[in-house]
Amino acid sequence: MTEHVDPSEPETAAPASAAVTPADTADAARLVAFGLQPKLQPARDQEYADLLRRYREDPPFARLVDAVATGLGLIVLEVSPRAGMAVTAAEDSVFAVRMGDYARRTAADSGDRFLHGLAHLAVAALAFPRPEDLADDGYIGRVTVNGVDAFVRQACRRLEERAEHQGENTDPVSDAPGLEAAWRIWARRTATGATKDARRLAGSTTGIVGKAVAFLTDSGFLQRTGDDSGGTYRTTARYQLQVRDMAASAAMTELLDLGVVPVTDGTATLLPAEDTDDLELVADAGLPFHS
Amino acid sequence: MHVTSPAPTDPVPPQLSAGPRPAAGPAADEGLARRLRALACTAPIHDLDARKANLAGEYSVYGMAEVALAAIDLVTLNMDFDTGADHEQIVARLVPRVAAQAPGRPAPEHERVARWVLENLINVGSADRGFRAVYGTFATDGTYVRRDYDFKLIEEVPGYGGLVYLRTTDEAVNVLVGALDTDVTSAQIAAEVKLDVLISRGRLADAQLAAEQARYRTVQYSESLRRALEATRRNVRAVDWLKAVPDMIAEALEHVADRYRHENAILTNIRKARDESEDPEQKRRAAELVDIVKDCIRRHTQLQSRLLEAGPLFRAEQDRQAFATPMRTSGTDLYGHLVAPVLPLPLEQAIRVTDAFFAHGTGLRTPVSVRVGDLVDLLLTPPVEREHLGAEMPEPDLIATPDDSRFSEEQLAAATQLLDLPADAPRRLSGLLAEARRTDPDLPYLVALLAVHAASPPVGTAYRQGEEKLLFAVDDGTELDDPEFGGADLVVGTALLDAAGMAAARTEVT
Repeated sequence: MTEHVDPSEPETAAPASAAVTPADTADAARLVAFGLQPKLQPARDQEYADLLRRYREDPPFARLVDAVATGLGLIVLEVSPRAGMAVTAAEDSVFAVRMGDYARRTAADSGDRFLHGLAHLAVAALAFPRPEDLADDGYIGRVTVNGVDAFVRQACRRLEERAEHQGENTDPVSDAPGLEAAWRIWARRTATGATKDARRLAGSTTGIVGKAVAFLTDSGFLQRTGDDSGGTYRTTARYQLQVRDMAASAAMTELLDLGVVPVTDGTATLLPAEDTDDLELVADAGLPFHS
Repeated sequence: MHVTSPAPTDPVPPQLSAGPRPAAGPAADEGLARRLRALACTAPIHDLDARKANLAGEYSVYGMAEVALAAIDLVTLNMDFDTGADHEQIVARLVPRVAAQAPGRPAPEHERVARWVLENLINVGSADRGFRAVYGTFATDGTYVRRDYDFKLIEEVPGYGGLVYLRTTDEAVNVLVGALDTDVTSAQIAAEVKLDVLISRGRLADAQLAAEQARYRTVQYSESLRRALEATRRNVRAVDWLKAVPDMIAEALEHVADRYRHENAILTNIRKARDESEDPEQKRRAAELVDIVKDCIRRHTQLQSRLLEAGPLFRAEQDRQAFATPMRTSGTDLYGHLVAPVLPLPLEQAIRVTDAFFAHGTGLRTPVSVRVGDLVDLLLTPPVEREHLGAEMPEPDLIATPDDSRFSEEQLAAATQLLDLPADAPRRLSGLLAEARRTDPDLPYLVALLAVHAASPPVGTAYRQGEEKLLFAVDDGTELDDPEFGGADLVVGTALLDAAGMAAARTEVT
């Protein structure tokens, strides 16, 4: 980067090199502004499409756009006709989403906070069930609200069965909520519930997943395709980028900090275990996911 | 494990078996814990009777525990293959029992009691919609640890169209419906053999009990299969499609065929018992049994259609998942790297991972900046009156579709009139065609069409709809002599049907 651009006031940025004019800066800021409207499709807006093309064909302009985005506290994930100007909020940026604003109850209740976080993680995991799906740019994932809930519940059930098999008592110690195994929090929360006004019970797990997918839809990450199974959604290119480049690695780092090192050889872990006895029709045998 | 909190210093609460030594060892304590948990499952039921006094109104006449167990039975029996039991239906079926307990009370009160019991079994008031019992055990190092046991009796599950259905949990089934943690298949066979024997000996009371047990098992079997099929849908490679699943499906199909045969045989038997029995009580029991067995058959049919869908489902998923070109770079395995390791962690650690994912996975929000000027306007704006009838419907722009019918309404009326023959005077098609030709050259086509249709009259439809007469046509071998048509010279007539719909009596027209 040779140009210096004052990012907080891109429109009035003084040209640091002869090539950059205020008009260029305005265009760069305009492209970033398009990126801030995640639901806008480049194919539907001629100006957006023109600016994207300019970004790809005019490297100095591309650098200018990157600089404007960085100065605003944004991270550029990809600039392409399919994803558009895919930007996301850097940590502590004004654009970042905070859990407290997302769901009020989470401030007081760590269990709720976990449920909301896990809902987002589970939506991503079900949208991209295999590593290839996350890596394949052309892949479009499909999720349903009830499907995500069922998927997490089955994973919880497996843990419960495993603990039972090993003769562990998984009932948590009273008065030490922080030590309760995480899966139990999801497992004991109701999946759904009848409400007086026929809306989804906000505190139920499908309510929490429903909130997550609705939020992701507003972020331009999912598109609603139907009402079956509590609502069906498909992923967008932006979501794949966000999960692949940002969320997964951030969560992995945190997990490694905790000293948990998931050992895999790069192939999908959603494979059956050695003993396929699991396919026996034991009551409650569900998803044969293995960790 | 995570039992790190120090043992409480306050004295151990008195245990029923308190002796000089608190416990014989971890193994004995394990059994104790299991029994304590089983006991805890019954607590909400006892609780209902204890709390009924606190309700506004004099509700002590009602046996709440009885209503609760009946509710759990009803939900278990009505759990469907796909969904669960319908909330309203359960209430409706509970009401007669509630009403029987206090016949003098008004009907709305009966319904209120039924609802109260059902809602308490779901425990609507709590965030988890479940129950929690606290019990204590001695850990291996001799410390006394209090633990929370969370359980549900009836849970609410999402169904089609956003509806909420009820299901009984395993805890409820195991503790409250009966010990059902036996091998499903063998238990089913045993129950049905027993049923067979009981029916042949005419002991219907016992037979009914056995049939109900068989149905519990059928439900359980369907439930297991439903979950297994759902798993194959999720990820093809997660399941062994080479051997295990096809075997399983074949086995299940065989099971369905077997049960279907078996239950049909039972059905024939009970029907016989029902029709031959002199005793009205026997008759009623047998009739109930017929219903139960019919329900079993219905469930098996449902199961079978699911099984048949499994193959095509697999092939579609196989195409999607397995035949894709392998990727060069391998991405993060979200389930294996994140979900699976996070779930067993203690909450306070797991939350750090989910928080990190949330913070980086939700994208961005453009902050809303508020101007004081706007805020004042906003606050002073009266709330928009919500239109009771909703927004006004736009006038639909209708385009008249061109009438491309082959025959006009008038022609149909003329033909119908022509074919409105008296029941005792059938006519030859040739005569009808000639008469039709005199009025309209196009009409014979319609008459011929109607006559041909009448050769295979919709008797069933007419019978169901209670129609009084029916046009029919019979070929008696005479050749049709007509300039435009060939074929048989049909005898066309009208059959009178018994207006009461009890029997379709034909007049002697042929």
